[in-house]
Amino acid sequence: MSERVADIWVYLAASPLTALTLTLVAYQLGTWLFRASGGMALLNPVLLAILALASLLWATGTAYETFFAGAQFVHFLLGPATVALAVPLYRQFHQVRRSAAALMAALLCGSLTAAGTAVGIGWLLGASRETLLSLAPKSATTPIAMGVAEQLGGLPSLTAVLVILTGIVGAVMGPAVLRLVRVRDQRAAGFAIGLASHGIGTARAFQMGEVAGAFSGLAMGLNGLATAVLVPLLFGLMRGLLF
Amino acid sequence: MVLKYLTVLLVCQLLGEVISRAAGLPVPGPVIGMALLFVGLMLRGGVPDGLRTTAGGLLDHLGLLFVPAGVGVMLHLPRLADEYPAIVTALIGSTLLAIVVTGVIIKLMSRSGQDGTTP
Repeated sequence: MSERVADIWVYLAASPLTALTLTLVAYQLGTWLFRASGGMALLNPVLLAILALASLLWATGTAYETFFAGAQFVHFLLGPATVALAVPLYRQFHQVRRSAAALMAALLCGSLTAAGTAVGIGWLLGASRETLLSLAPKSATTPIAMGVAEQLGGLPSLTAVLVILTGIVGAVMGPAVLRLVRVRDQRAAGFAIGLASHGIGTARAFQMGEVAGAFSGLAMGLNGLATAVLVPLLFGLMRGLLF
Repeated sequence: MVLKYLTVLLVCQLLGEVISRAAGLPVPGPVIGMALLFVGLMLRGGVPDGLRTTAGGLLDHLGLLFVPAGVGVMLHLPRLADEYPAIVTALIGSTLLAIVVTGVIIKLMSRSGQDGTTP
């Protein structure tokens, strides 16, 4: 009997099915907790799922590579999901034309500020080269940020974590900071939060109102593009100064 | 219906990957794929219902797709333990600065453009 249990354990520990199932279960448990708390930003479902799964792997002595062999089927969908961002971008495009100049100026400055100050502050406080390269694209949505980090020579899996933490910072502290500098316009507030803190910020902006949410989603898409183009360029300029 | 538009998304991504590599662009393939789909929607002049459903299905659970890569944090715990003052300060500082810069620029430029002169 115990031999059979051991056989089953060997099967489960190595099977992609286990990793995939646990990923879906952990995320849905996280979502349930998030909702049960009334949407507490710190109980972010992504963060909860990551903590639960990492703890489980650590407790059972399972290698990350074994887990990822199964979870990669979920990870793969990040590519098509990035392409799918074109749909909300297209649907909100008519709203943008009127204030296009202001939005483009804000996009350029905001995107450069997000990447430049992250690398600058990290460098001043003695972060390592790989950490700095992984920090640079952290305001973009995860698939884009990971792609850019990989290209720069950073660590995509570290970037994924930094992106999620960035989203939580923007969602929790963004609205208060905007009140402090007297930005009350819903379009400006939404665009700012979405630019700096992508999807997690966008979820928060939708709580402020539909206009803020729409502009936040737009800013998330645009900053994804801007980060993919500007951060490698910025990195080329800063490389000479910092490294 | 959904299969058809999942294929559309994959074809856009695949074209994006090919373009990114062929032209040696610094932009990841899926981002070029997003731009291709956006141009396609502009040319077509609307979003087909099936594409709206398929894209919505993926984007509604966008958070889930971050999880497998995020669990990779366990590989980086020594680094996070060593560098957390720099990482935490950089994350909070840069995110809030970016929010302030972006919000204030839109506020100032919208105000100057309100007198009927379109910028």
